[in-house]
Amino acid sequence: MSDIRPGFRYTKSHEWVKVEGDTATIGITDHAQEELGDIVYIELPEVGRVLSADDVFGTVESVKAVSELYAPVSGEVVAVNEALSGSEAAINESPYETGWMITVKLKDPAEAGKLLDPDAYRSQIGE
Amino acid sequence: MSNDLKTIEPTLFELSRPGRLGASLPGCDVPEREPADLLPGVPLRGGVPLPELAEPDVIRHFLHLSSLNYCVDQGFYPLGSCTMKYNPKINDEAVRLPGFARIHPYQPEETCQGALEVLWQMQSALGAVLGMDAVSLHPSAGAHGEMLGLMLIRAYHDHHGQGKRRSVLVPKAAHGTNPASAARCGYKTVSIDTDARGLVDMGHLRTLLEQHEGDVAGLMLTNPNTLGLFEEDIVEICDVVHRAGGLMYCDGANMNALVGTARPGDMGFDVMHVNLHKTFCIPHGGGGPGAGPVGVKKILEPFLPVPQALRREDGTFTLDYERPLSIGKIGSFYGAFLAIVRAYAYIRHYGREHLAEISENAVLNANYLRARLGKTFEVAYDRTCMHECVFTLKAFKSHGVKALDVAKRVIDYGYHPPTMYFPLIVPECLMIEPTETESLETIDGFITAMESIAREAEENPQIILDAPHTAPVRRLDEALAARSLDLSWSSDRESSASAQGRTTTPGTGREAAATPVCEA
Repeated sequence: MSDIRPGFRYTKSHEWVKVEGDTATIGITDHAQEELGDIVYIELPEVGRVLSADDVFGTVESVKAVSELYAPVSGEVVAVNEALSGSEAAINESPYETGWMITVKLKDPAEAGKLLDPDAYRSQIGE
Repeated sequence: MSNDLKTIEPTLFELSRPGRLGASLPGCDVPEREPADLLPGVPLRGGVPLPELAEPDVIRHFLHLSSLNYCVDQGFYPLGSCTMKYNPKINDEAVRLPGFARIHPYQPEETCQGALEVLWQMQSALGAVLGMDAVSLHPSAGAHGEMLGLMLIRAYHDHHGQGKRRSVLVPKAAHGTNPASAARCGYKTVSIDTDARGLVDMGHLRTLLEQHEGDVAGLMLTNPNTLGLFEEDIVEICDVVHRAGGLMYCDGANMNALVGTARPGDMGFDVMHVNLHKTFCIPHGGGGPGAGPVGVKKILEPFLPVPQALRREDGTFTLDYERPLSIGKIGSFYGAFLAIVRAYAYIRHYGREHLAEISENAVLNANYLRARLGKTFEVAYDRTCMHECVFTLKAFKSHGVKALDVAKRVIDYGYHPPTMYFPLIVPECLMIEPTETESLETIDGFITAMESIAREAEENPQIILDAPHTAPVRRLDEALAARSLDLSWSSDRESSASAQGRTTTPGTGREAAATPVCEA
């Protein structure tokens, strides 16, 4: 069974969102890292970039495949996890903590409420 | 298990012993001088640590290394999408003829008429097989062919005042080189969905053509597609794309399913590449040289690269550079010439009457394998396939076994593993392409091995998770190899690696190594 965190929100494309006040931290799920296999490269946006929901905000490359990362919510990028570059294994080892990718200042704090809740995500991945 | 336990081979540097000689050179008959005296002020490296070995040590080293390689001359090589067929040795003999092997690209045309005739004949022969009006033999590989094809599409649109078109449609299941080639040529790729049949989703295609009206330069499609399925709607696909002003590109990587039986040109494609190292029997997987000739319809012919082989009215042959609309040169000289000779010999050996037997037997073998293995492994899209079939091993996850683990276990049974995790739309994917050159007994042997692995997954999954057991090393650290790609040797690193026992303990450690892939 994949690790799915309570209180987080999820997308069909396997990103997670943790909302705290008017900011949201974003990464990929435990299920996503398991499916991708060992991640070898990540490309993330610059701080200051304004994202709309469903925009591609980066790419992640594993030994199997290159995948695009989709913004679950709209907002401005206020922090990027620079430590991942060169330590991509953190995404595999700790997808919800040290493997976080970006933090955005939410354009609309209600937007994340439309994403999948943990139960809906678990049934989405067939568990 | 047909593989003997193999041990890893030390490097030449580890085998080196001070003062050991492989050859006795005659004494120097000119005064010896220090290089630094002869080249004052020039930075000289000095002290290059060349290994010192005797001739038998060198021969045994390389022979042992070659025995660690797995090749199609040794056994079944069902690497899907790569068409690892047996390559008849008579084609190598043709290549060794001095009139081909010992000519120089700068020698006068009148002294190499036979070579020029082969180029001209091959342009015609491939045109006939593909259903195309003209062929360029220049591209050195499939991806190079894709790039040329897109450059031709771009030249065509520019010439017709449509240079603003910026989108290339590519199915989600496509070879990764397709979107990469499109991006390399300055295009934006737009992904088309695959429907429940495993084919291009026509509804989605129509929607995309409307959304990108006036912007579509072309569509790149592999047919049969990367699931090994024939795109049944191909005539309609070509029709709607043409009506939207786009051109149709065929990725000919799967031409082994069609050769002699059906022609992409007749389906409506305007331009395509074909991999001579897949369909037309050039040795494949050893790093090349490959060849990816491109065939085009009349509308694209003026833009082909220079030179084209040409037969003059008097029957002599020449290289034609007088092509005012040509995109220019895309490589040195005339393509991978000896690869072209080899493929030409192969085509002429079969002739028009027998070429179809290639695709007929390739498709028959794949369907036999699909029907029998499908009882044990789930077929991703279970319908009649073409030259290869795709299985999903998601059910094996309940035993903690992944497609990767099964692929590694296949090595212990003496076969090359199938392609894994491609196409990306199939979870836990294994893609198997038997090709036409394998006997019923060989395919049955492989099926028995796969069935045995399936039983192991239920009874003793650990043996699969620890595989391969018969190779000199177990699981290579592909992540480390990809993160820090470094293939050069240095004496400093070698001594520290040896100190950690990297090269001396067979089969225990995880080793960094470049991932071997088949050429595009």
